[in-house]
Amino acid sequence: MTQSRLHVPHPPARPGEKPDFSYLHIPPAGGEARPDTLAPALEIEQLGTGLVRVLDERGQALGPWNPHLEPQELQVALRHMLLTRHFDERMQRMQRQGRISFYMKSTGEEAVAVAPCMALQPRDMLFPSYRTQGLFITRGKSLVELMCQCLSNTRDMCRGRQMPVMYHWAEGNIFSISGNLATQFPQAVGWAMAAAIKGEDRIAASWIGEGSSAEADFHHAMTFAAVYQAPVILNLVNNQWAISSFQGFAGGERRTFAQRGPGYGIPGVRVDGNDFLAVYAVTRWAAERARASGGPTLIEHVTYRAAAHSTSDDPARYRPKEEWQAWPLGDPITRLKEHLIGLGEWTEERHAALERELEAHVTACWKEAVSYGTLTEGVSLDPLSMFEDVFHEMPPHLKRQREELRRLLAAQQAPGDVQAPSGKE
Amino acid sequence: MAQMNMVHAINSALDVMLGRDPRVVVFGEDVGYFGGVFRCTDGLQRKYGEHRVLDTPISEGGIVATAIGMGVNGLRPVAEIQFADYIYPAFDQIVSELARLRYRTAGDFCAPVTIRTPCGGGIRGGQTHSQSPEGVFTHVCGIKVVMPSNPYDAKGLLISSIEDEDPVVFFEPKRIYNGPFDGDPHKPALPWSAHPKGEVPEGHYTIPIGKAEIVRGGSDVTLLTYGTMVHVAAAAVELAGVDAEIIDVRTLVPLDVDTLCTSVCKTGRCVIVHEATRFSGFGAELSATIQEECFWHLEAPIARVTGWDTPYPHAFEWDYFPGPARIAAALRGVMEAR
Repeated sequence: MTQSRLHVPHPPARPGEKPDFSYLHIPPAGGEARPDTLAPALEIEQLGTGLVRVLDERGQALGPWNPHLEPQELQVALRHMLLTRHFDERMQRMQRQGRISFYMKSTGEEAVAVAPCMALQPRDMLFPSYRTQGLFITRGKSLVELMCQCLSNTRDMCRGRQMPVMYHWAEGNIFSISGNLATQFPQAVGWAMAAAIKGEDRIAASWIGEGSSAEADFHHAMTFAAVYQAPVILNLVNNQWAISSFQGFAGGERRTFAQRGPGYGIPGVRVDGNDFLAVYAVTRWAAERARASGGPTLIEHVTYRAAAHSTSDDPARYRPKEEWQAWPLGDPITRLKEHLIGLGEWTEERHAALERELEAHVTACWKEAVSYGTLTEGVSLDPLSMFEDVFHEMPPHLKRQREELRRLLAAQQAPGDVQAPSGKE
Repeated sequence: MAQMNMVHAINSALDVMLGRDPRVVVFGEDVGYFGGVFRCTDGLQRKYGEHRVLDTPISEGGIVATAIGMGVNGLRPVAEIQFADYIYPAFDQIVSELARLRYRTAGDFCAPVTIRTPCGGGIRGGQTHSQSPEGVFTHVCGIKVVMPSNPYDAKGLLISSIEDEDPVVFFEPKRIYNGPFDGDPHKPALPWSAHPKGEVPEGHYTIPIGKAEIVRGGSDVTLLTYGTMVHVAAAAVELAGVDAEIIDVRTLVPLDVDTLCTSVCKTGRCVIVHEATRFSGFGAELSATIQEECFWHLEAPIARVTGWDTPYPHAFEWDYFPGPARIAAALRGVMEAR
């Protein structure tokens, strides 16, 4: 008698074991062909199994995907990625000191936010997820404002209603981050459909983790994007880990995530997510396609979550400590820096000076941000404001509840004046 | 004035809004070429084109999610969920996203989406085509919940919903699409043309969200209800022979507490009627509100007449449905209490 057995995925290495990334298919840089931007999805299926790479191990840019950016643009990119990393480090430390309640670093994944953001137009709409703070930084949102959000202080863009890192920026065309993962993916498709309905040439881009691509929202997004050929770029960030679950638990063991694209009739492109030039080039390809009514693209960014999931997480309990050092695609900042040095457009001295400058900038921003209060100290938000923005206009039941809280707060300030609510009036 | 049934009135509201406001788009399963399984969108795609009136995949979560994205991009989406029983795949997008987007972004983003969905029983639809899940949505902060009981209100309230800056879940009691229903399935169906609220203006008008309507004045007892049950309640009042004040709540969120409580304080008695199940149903909120606001005026305990706390049973529909006999018994009960 035969008996069926479940396959329960196991990561290649657990704590104490040698890191093993032999499951990753990593072809040499420069080897992937760059098809026409309007090539039919099913004729370019190889993009889902290969890996678009431009920077080789020595930092040289190779092959048809090289976007041939000016050195000045590359220096700007390096600056955005470094600023993101310094910002993350500072906010992590501030969480450890108890100044903010929570934080999520994007260490090692800076390129998957900064490169697409630079490759798109400022008018294009971005639907971010966790660890895409590089989008806000690249579009020029001030660090002070991001810090004030994390502090829930008097200048918090969310007015004290959200945990740290749930940023948004309407004027910068960046949507709100949701803790209910994956919801933004089909919303981005709807936004893109509206752009086409209105006859605009704006496109949308969204980010999702490989872990939350298991949610139905991923399928909704892919289906609607494919059916209506919506002008949208769907970025799937495969950073190998969803808290403690490795990418096999999201279904990555037998097919790449990019290969899901052709299943819907959407091109799926697998890209080296730690290669700034490759991510930039693939985004440009997908953006050209979307703007020319060629429809959506699914991009799998192969990267590694070097940091913990969040400040509430301890990855030493589920993966080898040395994994990040063993990660075969390196560090996106180091790789771009070495490329620039190889071009003769950067030096270790300039790099060190830039780091000092950014560190000082982050310090100055933090000083300003805390001057507007923190969650626990200094000036604070008015608790009565919690009743605003539930609806466009406050309905009677919320006005009554606000009044009830107002009386309670007044009573706390002046004990003895407590006015008990009376039943009979 | 034209004679319209509720389907025509809803179609007319959508037609008026598609014509007036280029931001309005209408979409859902089968709503485009075919015009909807209940015909509410009949002819609209032909008139406004397939970029404004769209068929969608069978994907309620996708429908609401894309509606949110469209709303964020400046459109006024009117999404149809073919039966309220099918709305649950969209629950996360409604509760976690649509309802709270304005709040979580401190007013920087919002999505003025209207979700139309046929609800309620009395059509031999069994448990997957008969549910009344309005109470599930009234518990969510940030969405308005509307349920009309006649063609005139349906058109005016739907236009108000589309023009509203907040998301609205708009429940359409499908048993009364084609005519009022007094709760007796054996009587011949009545058309809306025989009812004063079947007279509907062709053009634009609104009925304010948040206002209940006293549909029958009375002094003995206040009967609070909405949707199909407004008509069933009227039959029950005749049966019981009491002078009941019937209030059509119409908007569940925000609730017109003043109209409801003024009436109960006057009559001193209250019966609450809805099709939905009883436990934690919307009637519980109404009952609690009446108790808090009218306690010292009450002459009898508040009574609730609702669907039983079971899934909607196909073969026992008329034993399940809170018909005129059960409502009349409750009315007599509160009149006898002392």
